[in-house]
Amino acid sequence: MQKLELFVEAGRQLTICNACRYCEGYCPVFRAIESRREFSQGDVLYLAHLCHDCRACFYACMYEPPHEFAINIPQVMSNIRIASYQAWSWPEACARAFADRRIGFALAAFAATAIVVLSVLLVTPSRLFAKEHPVSGFYDVIPYPAMVVPGLALFCYGIAIWVRGGARFWTEMGRALASADRFKAFVRTMLDAFGLPYLKGGGPGCYYPNERPSAIRRICHGLVFWGFLSGLVSTTLAFIYQDVLHLFPPYPLESAPVCFGIICGVSLIAGTGALIFLKAKSDRIPSGEGASTMDLVFILTLGLTAFTGMLILAFRSTVAMGSLLVIHLACVAALFLTAPYGKFVHGVYRFLALLRYNSEDSTHTASTSL
Amino acid sequence: MERYDVIVIGGGNAAICAAISARHRVSRVVVIERAPQGMRGGNTRHTRNIRCAHSHADQFFSGPYSEDEVFDDLVQVTGGPANVDLAKFTIRESRKLPQWMSEHGIHWQSPLTGTLHLGRTNRFFLGGGKALLNSYYDTARRMGISVRYNAFVEDLLIEGSHFDGVVVKEGDKREIVRGRAAVVAAGGFEANLQWLKQFWGDAADNFIVRGTPYNDGTILANLLQKRAKPTGDPKGFHAIAVDARAPKFDGGIVTRLDSIPFGIVVNQLARRFYDEGEDIWPKRYAIWGSLIARQPEQIAYSILDSKTINCFLPPMFRPYKADSLAELAAALKLDPKTFTETVNSYNQAAAGNDGLKIQMLDGTRTRGLEPSKSNWAVPIDKPPFYGLPLRPGITFTYMGLTVDETARIIDLSGRPFTNLFAAGEIMMGNILTKGYLGGFGLTIGSVFGEIAGREAAFCAKA
Repeated sequence: MQKLELFVEAGRQLTICNACRYCEGYCPVFRAIESRREFSQGDVLYLAHLCHDCRACFYACMYEPPHEFAINIPQVMSNIRIASYQAWSWPEACARAFADRRIGFALAAFAATAIVVLSVLLVTPSRLFAKEHPVSGFYDVIPYPAMVVPGLALFCYGIAIWVRGGARFWTEMGRALASADRFKAFVRTMLDAFGLPYLKGGGPGCYYPNERPSAIRRICHGLVFWGFLSGLVSTTLAFIYQDVLHLFPPYPLESAPVCFGIICGVSLIAGTGALIFLKAKSDRIPSGEGASTMDLVFILTLGLTAFTGMLILAFRSTVAMGSLLVIHLACVAALFLTAPYGKFVHGVYRFLALLRYNSEDSTHTASTSL
Repeated sequence: MERYDVIVIGGGNAAICAAISARHRVSRVVVIERAPQGMRGGNTRHTRNIRCAHSHADQFFSGPYSEDEVFDDLVQVTGGPANVDLAKFTIRESRKLPQWMSEHGIHWQSPLTGTLHLGRTNRFFLGGGKALLNSYYDTARRMGISVRYNAFVEDLLIEGSHFDGVVVKEGDKREIVRGRAAVVAAGGFEANLQWLKQFWGDAADNFIVRGTPYNDGTILANLLQKRAKPTGDPKGFHAIAVDARAPKFDGGIVTRLDSIPFGIVVNQLARRFYDEGEDIWPKRYAIWGSLIARQPEQIAYSILDSKTINCFLPPMFRPYKADSLAELAAALKLDPKTFTETVNSYNQAAAGNDGLKIQMLDGTRTRGLEPSKSNWAVPIDKPPFYGLPLRPGITFTYMGLTVDETARIIDLSGRPFTNLFAAGEIMMGNILTKGYLGGFGLTIGSVFGEIAGREAAFCAKA
């Protein structure tokens, strides 16, 4: 990986943290630090992705700037994360484009997709603005294959790059796993990933958007995460309804796919909206260079996807349905297309870092002799 | 301008406790802190636990710790408090601290690793001293306490034994701030090298100040001039061994070195000067600051080999490293001949010793060596060899203001000032005369901060 100076700086700061250890109560990063004396690139990568950016350590640090030790762990970890997102994704050109001009790239992706979808539609423009779609609902606007094939392709594309990046991360972390109980480690990691205990700042809450701890960010993240999952559930159920039960959309309001869809839409809109609001107010000093833009692209794309989805539900029996569907699908496409390059990937690496932590956890207790 | 009920001079733990305690009783309380906001809190910034007497284990204490046991520990490390009654009173009051602190926003955590086994006796606050200060300052904000940063109290206005106000300098502006009572919690004078030079001469130039650069003793000197009665050894300070490459001020915990008992320590003449294995490290770390302060150029070197280099908490600065003793001497700018002789004669005296057990006095000693090394004496013979340069790192000074049990400052004639109180490091000399009991400075600051704030509020209401 490039950006050697980032690793040198991270190593400098982590060495000071290791001599101090006051932040041990906050999160696993500091407990993982204590089982090491030197910080290789692999260690730094591991610690960077283990960091949940709760910022407790920054506000607790007596060595934060203007102190000459200039410790700012959340910032240096964020910088490393951003550099590694770029280094591990593929193809390089896309990764670089996303790193350099994130918003531009996202918008381009959005526009391009919209155009593609629209051009498909141009074949049957009358259906786009039709008042009623009596027979096959959404597929009357966009034929089933035209919706599913590109969708699945983008989905697989994203997953493939995630897997590739995850594998590279796992390799670069180096160090063989301690002989921990792998099943137990996996279960603990699932709990850590789903419950996000490490956004609690060691108890009082995450120090976001400012120096006063609060539960708000963890709640918002929960809304987005669980909202997204109910979206997946909704889509899967719809697939079963259609291809197993042969029930075709649109489904009634009280049906399971729509219920999950509504949960998804409402919590995503609430969660992303609140996160954007918090971000606008947040302290920039502990944040990495470009982190805000990257986060914002992801949150906005997610939020817009949810929002347009809800619009479809609200206006699905009007002439607007066709256009809304196109816009919604374009949002979904943009989300999938940017997923391997933007903030979305943090889930993959965070999970792997937690898995590593839980696998070597037994070594964290017997770290020092004195 | 309207008069404050209580003026608190200083911004550390004792000061903010005093302000909170006063604000529970009166409405107009101001904290006048000399440091900018980001550096607020004096030496409290560098603390991490507090020693309290308690009768039961709980989530954060691993076992009971009686008042008598605290007192015995205090006597053992300090040779006995200056004022026994005040010390016992402090220990008794310390029982209430965990609850008082929790009620005012402090969060706790399980004891840290590598912290000299303090889990039973000391309570660790989450994130250390700066996090503690952040919580207290947030509580103060919610309670409506005014805080002025970058505000330097130049002078106290005192008529007879009555406090009237302070002269505050902010930038180029001077202003008189009046109050009905005041608490001075402005720390010691350890950051005032000119003051230390009165006793230590030019050696003071080689001292490192571990804490805040703002503790220059202005308030202490001002009050001593105004006939406040001093207590404690005027030249005494608490100092430990820190890395010589540490910054002059404010290096805090990360510059301390725990390597001494694992090897030998030589001075600039490349000779040993003290028994590195005299007692277990938690009982001896505190003497090394003054030991090094008495060596030529106030510098010493901890010498280790590859067997022992990973035995202690990892240091912030990289150790000097060499494949031979002569090369290490050159890297440390010591005379290679004497250095090699010193290490060789130590190795001869320790020949055949191996397997050091650091948790206990293992009795592995040198034979026929002066000074001897009484424990953990294993030869330094497995390259690469390592050296860490050491200097005295001053934590705090002992001399302060005499107070009574209400934290009231006493004058030279033995009478109290009517409305002037002291808390924290500035009055710690009433209890600590030498040595130090980890986490007890914060105990004194919290107990007397709470009392001083309360008593000052009573004065303001009277």
